[in-house]
Parts: sequence; C-alpha cells; structure tokens
Amino acid sequence: MSAALIDIADLSIGFTTRAGALAPVLRHIDLTVRSGETIGIVGESGSGKSTLALAAMGYLKPGLNMLGGTVRFAGQDMFAPGAIVPRIRGGRLALIPQNAGQALTPSMRIGAQIAEALRLHTSLPTAVHDARVIDLLARVRLAAPSELVARYPHELSGGQQQRVAIAMALAGEPEALLLDEPTTGLDVTTQAHVLELLRDLAADTGMAMVYVSHDLGAIARVCASIAVMYAGEIVAEGTARQVLRTPAHPYASGLIAAIPVLRAPRLPRPLEGRPPAPGAAGPGCAFAPRCALAEAACRTSPIGLVPAPGGGHVRCRRAEEAIHLPLRNEGPLRTPHDDNAATSLLRLDDITVRYARPSLWQQITGQHPSAPPVVDGIALDLRPGETIGLVGESGSGKSTILKTIAGLIAPLRGTTSLTGTTLAPRVAQRPVGALRSVQLIFQNPDESLNPRQTIATILAQPLSLYFGLTGAALQARAGELLAQVRLGPHYLERLPSQLSGGEKQRVAIARAFAADPDIVLCDEVTSALDVSVQAAVLALLDALRRARGTACLFVSHDLGVVRALADRVVVLYQGRICETGPAETVYTTPLHPYTEALLGAVLEPDPDYTPRLLAADVIEQGPPARGCPFQNRCHRRLGPECHTVTPPTQDLGDGHLVRCHIPFTRLTETAL
Amino acid sequence: MLRLVINRLLLGAITVALASAIIFGAVEALPGDACVAVLQRDAVGQRLENCRRELGLDRPALTRYAHWAAGALRGDLGVSAGSGKPIATLLGERLRNTLLLAGCTLAVGIPLALLLGVLTGLRRDGLLDVVLSTGGILAMTVPEFVSATVLIFVFSIGLGWVPGIVLAAPGAPIGDFFPGIVLPVAVLTMVMTAHILRTVRSSIIEVMASDFVRMATLKGVRRARIVWRHALPSALLPAVNVIALTIAWLLGGVVVVEKVFNYPGLGRFMIDSITERDLPVVQALALLVASVYVTINLAADLLTLALDPRLRTHRGRG
Amino acid sequence: MAVLARMLARPSGAIGLGLVALHLLAAVLSPWITPYDPTVIDAALMFAPPGAGHWLGTDQLGRDILTRTLLGGREAILVTLVATPISVAWGGLAGIHLGLAGGRLDDVLMRVVDAVLALPWILKMLLIIVTFGAGVNVLIPTLAFFYGVPVIRVARAATQGVVARDFIAAARARGHSRVAIVWHELLPNVLDALMVEGAMRWSWMLLAFSSLSFLGFGVAPPTPDWGLMIADSRSFMAIAPWAALAPVAALSTLIIGINFAADALAKAVGLDRAQSAPH
Repeated sequence: MSAALIDIADLSIGFTTRAGALAPVLRHIDLTVRSGETIGIVGESGSGKSTLALAAMGYLKPGLNMLGGTVRFAGQDMFAPGAIVPRIRGGRLALIPQNAGQALTPSMRIGAQIAEALRLHTSLPTAVHDARVIDLLARVRLAAPSELVARYPHELSGGQQQRVAIAMALAGEPEALLLDEPTTGLDVTTQAHVLELLRDLAADTGMAMVYVSHDLGAIARVCASIAVMYAGEIVAEGTARQVLRTPAHPYASGLIAAIPVLRAPRLPRPLEGRPPAPGAAGPGCAFAPRCALAEAACRTSPIGLVPAPGGGHVRCRRAEEAIHLPLRNEGPLRTPHDDNAATSLLRLDDITVRYARPSLWQQITGQHPSAPPVVDGIALDLRPGETIGLVGESGSGKSTILKTIAGLIAPLRGTTSLTGTTLAPRVAQRPVGALRSVQLIFQNPDESLNPRQTIATILAQPLSLYFGLTGAALQARAGELLAQVRLGPHYLERLPSQLSGGEKQRVAIARAFAADPDIVLCDEVTSALDVSVQAAVLALLDALRRARGTACLFVSHDLGVVRALADRVVVLYQGRICETGPAETVYTTPLHPYTEALLGAVLEPDPDYTPRLLAADVIEQGPPARGCPFQNRCHRRLGPECHTVTPPTQDLGDGHLVRCHIPFTRLTETAL
Repeated sequence: MLRLVINRLLLGAITVALASAIIFGAVEALPGDACVAVLQRDAVGQRLENCRRELGLDRPALTRYAHWAAGALRGDLGVSAGSGKPIATLLGERLRNTLLLAGCTLAVGIPLALLLGVLTGLRRDGLLDVVLSTGGILAMTVPEFVSATVLIFVFSIGLGWVPGIVLAAPGAPIGDFFPGIVLPVAVLTMVMTAHILRTVRSSIIEVMASDFVRMATLKGVRRARIVWRHALPSALLPAVNVIALTIAWLLGGVVVVEKVFNYPGLGRFMIDSITERDLPVVQALALLVASVYVTINLAADLLTLALDPRLRTHRGRG
Repeated sequence: MAVLARMLARPSGAIGLGLVALHLLAAVLSPWITPYDPTVIDAALMFAPPGAGHWLGTDQLGRDILTRTLLGGREAILVTLVATPISVAWGGLAGIHLGLAGGRLDDVLMRVVDAVLALPWILKMLLIIVTFGAGVNVLIPTLAFFYGVPVIRVARAATQGVVARDFIAAARARGHSRVAIVWHELLPNVLDALMVEGAMRWSWMLLAFSSLSFLGFGVAPPTPDWGLMIADSRSFMAIAPWAALAPVAALSTLIIGINFAADALAKAVGLDRAQSAPH
C-alpha cells in the first residue's frame, strides 16, 4: 500500500457564535487518500462536506477556525505558514470548484487563466504555454479550443466553464484533485458528459480524487469508495458497493431511499426531521432524533466508527438492523389518473412567446426583434385531477409556459382556456374566479415569500382576496392551512427567514392551496431543496392534491421527480414539444431521440449503472429559426430536412405524440 | 455593440434637449424678462418695447426657442443681454478656468482616492481604514464653505503658506492662477476623494470575498498578483460611474468654492447671469452644463462597457 | 425600535443621534435660553474675544456670538425638516410607481428626471429664489421639489430590485390590485432604502440651505443664520477667528451627526450606501 497523499487526522473546524459558544462544523474527521484512489464524500447541505474539501487545501472560509487535528498533503502540513503551501495549491493538489461560472475571474481571458496556472506550477518555457493551453482545453473535450482561449468566462455555457475549470486544475499536473460539487447546476445531459470526462481522467492519469457532492448518482459513477457525512461527522464509509448496496447506517439508507427513481411510478421515501445546527448535536449519535432504530443509548453515549456488517465502517450501534432497512419506498405504485372521458380543464393552444422588447433604435427605424420565439406552438390539455409533468433542461421554456398560463407574460399568439372559456392574455383582464382556480408555486421560496411579511400575513393574502376573510376567521383558516402542511400554529408569527428551506416551501404550498384552486402550476418546486426534504415536500404536495382532486402542471428538470408524480409527460426542448404521452409509455418506450437521450443520461445511485450518452455534446445558442429544435445534438439525424422543415407530429394513439422526421415505425424498432 | 452606443447617444441627446427646454420654459414662465432686468426703472413704454424688439423678445416663445436652438446647434449662442458681448467668448474664458480647477483636482484626487480606497479595502478595520472612513464622512458632508474657511484660517492666515484668495481676472494667463488655486483644489479634492474612496473600498471588500478570488488563492496565486490581476479590474468598475458624477459636479459649477476663493469660473458666472436676468447666458450655461453632465455619464457607461467583458456581449447560454 | 437599538449599539450611531438630538433641542429651546438679543448692535463691544460676559465673544457689530449661534440653525432646521419628508414621500411614490409600471411611461419620465438632474442645483434654485424671494414659504416647496427628483431614481432602482422577485409575480398572478401590491408587498421592502435616503436628503438640504445663505440668497440679515454668519465674519478671520469658528462648528456638528446617524441606519438595516457622488 502506497503512502497517504492526503492525510486528515482528527480534524475539527468550527466558528464562534454571537453568543460566544463554539459551534463545530467538522468533528473529528479522519480521512486518508492514497495515490489513485477515488473517494466520494456525500452529504446534504450543512453537513460540512465543502468545508472538508477546502480544509484539505489548507483553506478555511472567513469566520471558521481550526479546533484541532492536522491536514497533510504528501507529508506537508497544509496549515503551516510560508511559501510551500501556495506551491502545492493548484499544482500537486488542485481544486475543481462548485459553480465554475463564479470561480473563474470575469475580467481575464480563459487562456490567460490557464496559462497562469502553467506559469505557477510547471517549468514549461513561456513560449510553449499557448500550445499547452490549447492541449489542455482539447483534453477536457472542448470544441474549437484555439478560439476559446481568447474568450471571457461569461461567454461560455455552464458546461464549458466547468471544463475550463477542470483544464485549469490539470495544468499543474496534479497528483490529487478535489472536486466540490463539480456538476451541480448543470443540465442532465451535460452533467453526464462531464462525469464521463472525470472518470476517464481518473483512469488515464492515476490521479487521486476526492469528490464532494450531494448527488449519490454522480458519486457512484466516478468513485470507488464513499464516505457519508452527517452533521460534521463521517457516519459511514466503505467501497461504493458496500455503501450503496448494503448501507449500514440508517441515514445512508434513508438518503438512498429518498432519491426518486425512473424505474417505477412511486414517491420516494421522506426522511423526516432536520439535522442539528452546528453545536447543537447531543453527546450521542447526531442522527438519533430522526432515526427509526434509535434507542436510549444512541442519544446519550458517543459512538465511534466500527467495522460495518457488510464491510467498511459505520458510526452506528444498530448497524446489524440498519443493514436491513429498505432502500426504496415499499408503498403501492401510483395508479395513473385515467379519466379520458372527462372534459378539458385547462387547454393551451399554439402558445408562442417572444421576450425581446425593441430598443429605441429599433423603435425609430421600425425594425422588430427577429430572434425565433423562445416558446413555440405549445398545445396541451389538462383534465380535472390529472398531473402533467413538463420536462426539460435549462432553456426549454418550461417556466415561461407556466407564467404565460398565469397571465404574467402575454403570448405572441395562442390561447389559454379554462373549462372551455378563453382567458384574457393578461392577469389584469381576467375574472377573479379564473385567477383563484389557477395558483402558482415557485421554485425558490426565498424568492416567492415576501421576506418582510409574517407567515400569517402571507397566508392572509389569498384568503382575504378570494374569500373576504378577516379577523378571527382569517386566523383560524390560516392555522388550518398550516396544519395541512404539517406546521404548527406557532409558525404564524414568524418571518420566512426564521424557517428552513423545506418549511418555507410548505408555506408556499399552503398559500397556493389557500385559494382552493382547481389547478396548481408547480415550477421546479423541489429543486432548491435537499433530497431528503424534497421527498417530504413531494409526498405532501401529492397528498394535498389527491385529497382535493386538484389538477397539477408540474415543471421539472428532474426526470425522477416527474416520474413519481405525473400521469402524463410533455418533453420540451428549446421551447418546443418533442414528445408527449402517458408517463408509463414515455418512460418505458421513449420514441423521440431527445427523450431517449434525456432518459439515458439520468444517473442512479448504483455503482454498476452506466448512463447512455446519446445527445451530442454541443452548446445551443438558442432555438433554431427552422427545422427541428434538437437538430444540433441529435444522434439520429436523418438529413437536411431536420434543419429546414418543422418535424411532423406523429400520433401513436392514447395521446402519445412524437414530433420527429423519422417514421414512428422506425422509432419504435430501436426504442429502449 | 454599435446599436447599444447609438441608443445611448440618442437618449443622451434627448436628455440635453429636454434640459434646455426645461430651463427655457422655466425662465419664460417666471415674471419679468431680460429687458426689465437691464432697464430696471426705465422699463416702461417705448424703451421697453424697443429693447424687446432688439432682443427679439416680442416674438412667441416657441419661435424664439426654435431660433435659439437652431443657433446653438450651429455653435452660435447669441449675445449677452447685459454686456452685449458674444456669449461664446465670455463662456470660453470661464470654461477654461473651470477646466483648470477641475483638471488640477482630478489629477490629485483620482490617484489618491483609488490608492487609499484599495488600501483601506484590503486592510478592513485597520487603523488607516478607521481613520479614513471617519474622516471621509467629515470631508464628504461638511459644506465646502466650512472646510474652505477652516483651511484658509489654518494655511493662509495662520501659517501664511498659500494665498486664501485668487486675484486673477477671468481672462488672465493660466500662470496667474497659481499658487492661489492650491486651496480651492484642496477643498474640492477632499470632497471628491472621500466619495470615490468609499466606493472603491466597499467594492474591493466585495470582490476580495468573491468565489474567483478564493479560486485564485487556491490556485496558488500570490496575494499581490491576486489583487492586481484578478480583483482590481472588477473592483474598480463601480468607481467609474462615481468618478463621472464627480467630474460632472466639478464642471457643473462649484459655486460656493468659486465664491469663497473669488475664482472666476462657471459657477460665479451662473450666479451673475441669473441675478441680472441675462436669459441668453443662462440658457447657454444650462445647455453647456447639461451637455457636460450627459456626455460624461455616457462616457462612463461606455467605459464600463469596454472594461467589463460581461456587459459587452449578450450571448445565449447553451 | 429594533432598528433604533441597533443604531445606538454602534458608536457612530450613538454619536450621530446624540448630535442631532442636541441640535434639535437647541433649535427648540434657544429663544428662551439665549442670554442676549441677537440683533442689537453695540459698537463698544465690537470683536470682543470669548470671555466672561460673552462666552464665545462678539462679532463685528458687537452682537453676542453664542446667542446668534444657538439661534442660527432654527430656520435651516425648520425648512429642511419640513421639506425632507415631503421630498422623500413624493419622490418615493413616483419612483415606486415608475419602477412597477416600467414600459413607455417609465422611459419618458426618466428622461425628464435625467434632464432635471443634468442642470446644476444653483441654477435651478436661483431661478426660483430670484423671482419669488427666499422666504420659508418659497424654500420649502422648492427644496422639497428639487430634492425629491433624485429620490425618484433611488426608489425606482429599489423597486426594480424587488419587482423582479417571485413574490411580486405571485401577488400579480393572484390578481391583487396595483395599490395592494405597492402597499403590502413593495413598500415594506423599499422602506429601508427610503429611510436612509431621507436621512441623506436632510443633510444635503441643509448643505444647500446654508450654501444659499452663505452666497447671500438665503436668510436675510440681520436674522442669525450659520451660513450668513460665516460669510459675514470671514473677512475678519485674521482679527476675530471666533466669529467664524462658532457657526462653523455648529453647522458641521449637525451635518456630521446626521451623516453618522444615516450611516448607522444604513448598516442597521443592511443596506450599502457606499456609492455616492458629490452634490
């Protein structure tokens, strides 16, 4: 066994609270990484995983202090003062940051930033730097690298920025890479490509990797072993197979069970409760308050890492039982809402939206913005009680469609009708009844709840507007609504900033249901939440919706989440519908090449699962003026008609429509 | 990019036209006119009518504005109602003096403010920072005639180092303005340095806490180079607009300072022309100052555009 | 109240509020506590240095400087204290509505705002004062109008920052009236910015008021006024510096007090008011 490259021993890091108490963010972490090892560190927000990654480089965020322990890289103390540590950083040990878009210096060209790393950490003569930069960009599979060097970071897409950050890290020929959520925020298909790149790099170079993420699917794809973090501690570690297949810690199995899966239409299992705030954990197991297996001893006496029954190590007294906890929700499969006879509740017809507002120059010269519409020809039918999932990556126009339905954006053409009545394009011209029956729930409750209003005031807005409630009746109703989203009446007097992310989103859901709507429009409602909280919010939303028979238009980039909720799905690409049909049919036999590519790129928390990379790794610059929206990335492109002719809609019956030039008989032959 | 520039230029031209129209309208709406002001008690009967005919005041307001605006576009600003001299000549002398004062102030103030702003931002809550932050509020807010009075008291009356007054005539050669210009420059520098320093300081603090500065640290870049190469280009951007507003302020007539030091610049010219109801001069001054204000702000916008690659291109993201 | 407590917790806030309170108290009480008549001329007492009878000395006309300094801020404080809330209220409301409305109306009116801002303050103020005089009844509306114009910009920018957020979209989608959205959703979020702006406006108005007096266009002699006193006594600074330094100190402490308080207020409500330019 080779010597440790990264050696973290008994590391504790924390901050001092305003009250003067010491709040540890990391507690007694031991971690050893040897040359060639790939270790994934998984945890939810607040688990301390990013702090750990930065500490490995000898860096603490402002406000944090070392409370004890050591961090060494190849024997060198990374917190020692002097010039040695900066020479290691970015050279022998490099970081690939979360959100490369913000981590690249906005005022420096790409080439200059990578060349800076070359100058600092290699002995290459300056004359060859330019060529080496282009090599590196090509190595991270960026197209046209010689053009990229002169670009600024903001001119690149998120996926390109991430690759530039990887190239910059590779410039110093590192022996170990630290990856801090490197694919978070990227689209599914882009993420799959970046992960393959990282996998290949690890295999080719023998670099050690520490991969920090909340995403078990991504970690399973890249890492050979996994450490699970909870409340600043490592609670389980072992090979990827041990941790993912036979997790011996209840938190680890809870985390796995909370991930929505594509295989079956079933809600993920929520992990109730929330982790303790830094410094608030008791003497015993930090997870005990949320643990189904916890006994008295778990809460009172500390527990060390012990060998786990299935291999690896675990910090649990009841590992023998924990290993048998189910890794998925055991409940019944959701039966699709099947009421084809029912009349349409909400109908969209040829909805087309263009954003651009003419500039003064264009107003004077009478020109009009000529870019193709961001959303084009959207038609769909939502029936009472039904859930339709709108699936697409960034730029797919899914949020725009919801805002158009809500009357916040006036479409260029097309109509929205509610129970057969055409609605005015703008919210101001719509009758109150129509407004009440369609309610929006937004992605981020920090944005959608007024920070200056108490929860009581927030819930009072729809109640007084639609039902004229005041005084005691209003208070009582607000309390009832909170109870329905499982929050106590003491929340009424709080401000949103005093609530956790999941609680805030519950309040937003309560506010929407306060209107007693017929339809709720959900815009990525769980994408800002941790996976365990997401499962709870999805369960709540589904229960409320079922109890009241509310129809739902559910927009998400997460195919697993849509699978868990939707009766029918609409797959969007660049503001155009590619495929629509019953969820079961589309998920099991996707016909449109984009649907196929999208489903193939989804990851599973399974070390043996291999995603299929179908869509070409091309950066879209906006919807094309003519032809199929997917023409630039399609792996089954037919010929010139894909670029020039709008694909025909092929009806396969049962509401299953595909817009593709390839005849459906050929599409079905090769389906998954 | 070109579109954007043309757009801004058009908007700027509209603003200047509006500003001159507002001044013209305001003067028009107020009782009395240039003839009443010049003739004073004699402003009755035939003499008043003659005077008005001579100055063209008997024509409708709109016609006069159109005539004046057409002249202004050709560079003909008319003649002063009070002295009968061409306004362009009078204005030229005063403008030169104002530019001299502003130029000296900017030459001292901008480098000083940028340097101190960066230093205080990097050493937040250090001794220099605390002293300059507190002193900055003083310099920024105390009226100029107060700080001028104190400076004159100390450096002119007390120590006798520099004169407390400028004795040069409006058209005097530039050399005559020294060393009398030292104290007015000092007063104005204090005010402008405080404003720019404050902006730069907070911008440096923000940028030094950004992700990309942390990334540069973790890439092994030395601190001096991080500040110079990574942080400063972004951190100085907000200063551009503040510097522009400061220049506009300096050129728009620092009336009080000119009055205190007897400096023959645009500000005092402004006061005199209003008290004398010298309408053509007031209008010319308004046009000049509004154009300067708009041009400088426009220049700052364009400079920001040129310095910040993020604003230059609006590329769709894939 | 919580904001006030947070302001007082900072040294700058405590000093600032203390200075402002002291000046307000002096302005209210001065007619009853001043020892001399501020306008009586006594040739025998010309330029008496500070001493027992006249603690701060006398001026070129033998008037007591302590008396005149205590009284010298009354008109300035009265005028600006009335004009400030008016300017913030009208500028704030106009700015909020423009920020919310956007579109053509916003384009057009912001051009007018820019045009007014492009004109130098002294030109605007003097045009009015030369015609209508510098009485309180002229100064209050004039200051309130011209100093409300830049408030439009501040309120508009603050509103635009809030309008883009989802809770406004949520309120619009529910169908609330524009008035309800302004009142319930917007105002609570821009009020802090307006309060800080109000404090700044107050100090700038004081600056303008005393500058006008200094230039001879404001308060008419022999009424005691700081700006006027400084202008009058400047020529005698070599022989009687106290005559100028007393009003200098009074005016400076009030303006500094306001700015310290404004700074502390901005920090207490979490706003950055770093970007500013001279006026």
